[in-house]
Amino acid sequence: MTALLSLSGLTKAYPGVIANDHVSFDIGPGEIHALLGENGAGKSTLVKMIYGLVRPDSGTMKLHGKAYAPAEPRAARASGVAMVFQHFSLFDALTVAENIALGMENAPDTADLTQRIIEVSGKYGLTIDPHRMVGDLSAGERQRVEIVRCLLQNPKMLIMDEPTSVLTPQEVEVLFHTLRQLSEEGTSILYISHKLDEIKALCEHATILRRGKVVGTCIPRDETAKSMAEMMVGETLRTPKKHYTRHGAALLELHNLWLQSSDPFGTSLKEITFNLHEGEVMGVGGVAGNGQDELMLALSGEELTPAHAIQLKGEDIGNLGPNARRMRGLLTAPEERLGHAAAPDMTLTENAFLTGAMRQNLTKNGMIKTAATRKFARAIIEQFDVRTPGTENTAHSLSGGNLQKFVIGREILQKPEVFVVNQPTWGVDAAAAADIRSAILKLAENGAAVLVISQDLDELMEISDNIAILSEGTLSAPRPAKGITIEQIGLMMGGTEVEYV
Amino acid sequence: MFKLERRPNPSKAMVIMTPILAVVLTMIAGGILFAILGKNPFEAIRIIFWDPLFNDTVASYTRPQLLIKASPLIMIALGLSFGYRANIWNIGAEGQFIMGAVAGGAVGLAFYPTESVLIFPLMVLAGAVGGFLWAMIPAFLKIKFNANEILVSLMLVYVAINFLGAMVTGPLRSPVGMNFPVSRNFNEYPSAYNGEMIANTGLHMGVLVTLAAVIVAYILLKHHIFGFQVRTAGQSPRAAKFSGVNPNITIAICLGISGGLAGMAGLFEVTGPAGKLSTNFPLGYGFTAIIVAFLGRLNPIGILFAGLLMALTYIGGELAQFQLSVPAASIQVFQGMLLFFMLAVDILVSFRIRLASREVA
Repeated sequence: MTALLSLSGLTKAYPGVIANDHVSFDIGPGEIHALLGENGAGKSTLVKMIYGLVRPDSGTMKLHGKAYAPAEPRAARASGVAMVFQHFSLFDALTVAENIALGMENAPDTADLTQRIIEVSGKYGLTIDPHRMVGDLSAGERQRVEIVRCLLQNPKMLIMDEPTSVLTPQEVEVLFHTLRQLSEEGTSILYISHKLDEIKALCEHATILRRGKVVGTCIPRDETAKSMAEMMVGETLRTPKKHYTRHGAALLELHNLWLQSSDPFGTSLKEITFNLHEGEVMGVGGVAGNGQDELMLALSGEELTPAHAIQLKGEDIGNLGPNARRMRGLLTAPEERLGHAAAPDMTLTENAFLTGAMRQNLTKNGMIKTAATRKFARAIIEQFDVRTPGTENTAHSLSGGNLQKFVIGREILQKPEVFVVNQPTWGVDAAAAADIRSAILKLAENGAAVLVISQDLDELMEISDNIAILSEGTLSAPRPAKGITIEQIGLMMGGTEVEYV
Repeated sequence: MFKLERRPNPSKAMVIMTPILAVVLTMIAGGILFAILGKNPFEAIRIIFWDPLFNDTVASYTRPQLLIKASPLIMIALGLSFGYRANIWNIGAEGQFIMGAVAGGAVGLAFYPTESVLIFPLMVLAGAVGGFLWAMIPAFLKIKFNANEILVSLMLVYVAINFLGAMVTGPLRSPVGMNFPVSRNFNEYPSAYNGEMIANTGLHMGVLVTLAAVIVAYILLKHHIFGFQVRTAGQSPRAAKFSGVNPNITIAICLGISGGLAGMAGLFEVTGPAGKLSTNFPLGYGFTAIIVAFLGRLNPIGILFAGLLMALTYIGGELAQFQLSVPAASIQVFQGMLLFFMLAVDILVSFRIRLASREVA
């Protein structure tokens, strides 16, 4: 079998880092090839080179045995290479057909195009109505638009970057069905994901990148998720162990919380009611944009609610600001590390002060106790294994995983009684994610109540006692995590229609 | 090709180097400007930067002027710097300066001719309150209606100028001023006069208050939680809110501080160097202080030096005007260039210039 796309010795260096170091591998016709690696391993740079967004410093690519060096994405598309990005590039106020026409080199007239969209989407089970407004579509449907747009160009090679991060489990099934059908028809697929179970289910071969180099290849079917993760990280991983403990009294109670989102594109919260107990880890799942950010803001005190809607240890706190809540034992860690949980251009000492000022008693008559603050920052860095030259480095000089460890560590070291965290391991490498999860579990074992908002269902099943789903601003009743299946969670997510073709 | 590359951490050296670099670039560009005007550029630069301090024939007059001119600039710029750090853009310090002078001056004149040591402190307080209240107008409108404080504060400058005009032609007009639109002379009213404390030094009460303000502002900014909150609010508003900073209170405090200091500066100016309220009173200190704030990197110590430098360009500019007969506007252009270059080279703090290596095709 001759390779469809063959990479040899691709190298790309950015100042201070070699993003790709002599990367070579082949993808056969119709092959579904996984590209594995942690954040910063060089996956994005590599696909950008294939798609013509970045030019390699050295090395060559061959497509169909002929030299292939796309100067721009248009050239890549002309050669039959298409890409579906993690973030969609669609206009909300245009219809599906208009959006697709915008992305084409020489779009046929609307009637023709509509006909072809219906044909292609029917053939691959990607049900989509060409006349609908993109703004009304769910994330899964938007992705279909992007895929249909690619398929209309008859690609020989389809690159997919983290395609399932916005999908419900049922939508993932539909997507996989489409990808397998494409593969049978001879289209090669380069599939980037860090969800290893999906790769096991879908991909025939995998190439593993670590620090810009190919460190191994494998047949995913013959591996376990753990063994692949270890190849990515280059060390043995330990999975945090969940101990089911008895839960004590309710620490945090939400009573019929309504919150109008201050973001015009946000989701308002509707009658959120739940109790969170001593020693309990409750997971809140759901696709992003269903009220997660609003719930976080309501709990952190950045958005105020009627006092009675939120009770901490029996006290009404809905109308109290962030610091008053911190003093009472409710600590939070928002999703966005840079700009929300931490100030990017401030040092780690200053960022330690950001939420630690009151509870750690870091001021005296309003003056900042510099030595004590630095000591607190150093304690976070040491106890949570934050890799940084020192406390006086800025937050944005840290890698995502290290900053996340800092942000989570900053709250955990302040001994919260109730800890709320949004996306604790988003974009964090496997080793750091395991550390963060064990820290959360340990916190709960010591009697704190923890609320974890996450889109990673595997993560929620691993660490939660109970799981509830946030969908269009409404929270489902929590169910015990023990014994629950991904399919059941998917059904709890509801929202978008599910179809098997 | 040159490429800008983000530094992992802001350069400490560049924080100090960029203002110096901006001054050098201004001298070069200013020299070119003077050359185009047909003047000897080296002579012009010497007259502006050197003669006011070291030329024996003029220094006896110009040296005291340095403190007199620098003091209000520094005091106003200190107040502005807090707001600018928090992304609250008070452009109307000139108006607050005028209102402080009118309010404080009016209080003093109301007591005329009573003599008491309590009158001057009361006037200073009234001046600060006048500027503070004038700044509360944009603060209120911003908090309540999200009105842009840049526009509101700037427009209020022109309101203040007209208010001053109405006062000196009306209630505050001097009974002995032969109907000129001026107030009574403060130097004829000892309890309200802000005179030189040591003859021929330019040192008046306002200079001492300015120095104290520099120290207090430095401590607030570097070591007090308020300074921390202001810096966070400016750099990262969402992180500030998460940490418990109330954005509306920050707006009110920042505008309040800058208004109060500008008003106080106005009072010291009107009762001392200016001597009386008149339609000629607005000197543009409130606008020039914006340059001072940035040239000093919004840092109190930096502002101290920047204020002295800017005072030098005022005095040197006047010298150049009558020695070389360059137009008055050329000095304003010169000061504007200083801000322009400052903002331009500022990028070197967070970025470095690299020679991009040629890409391999």
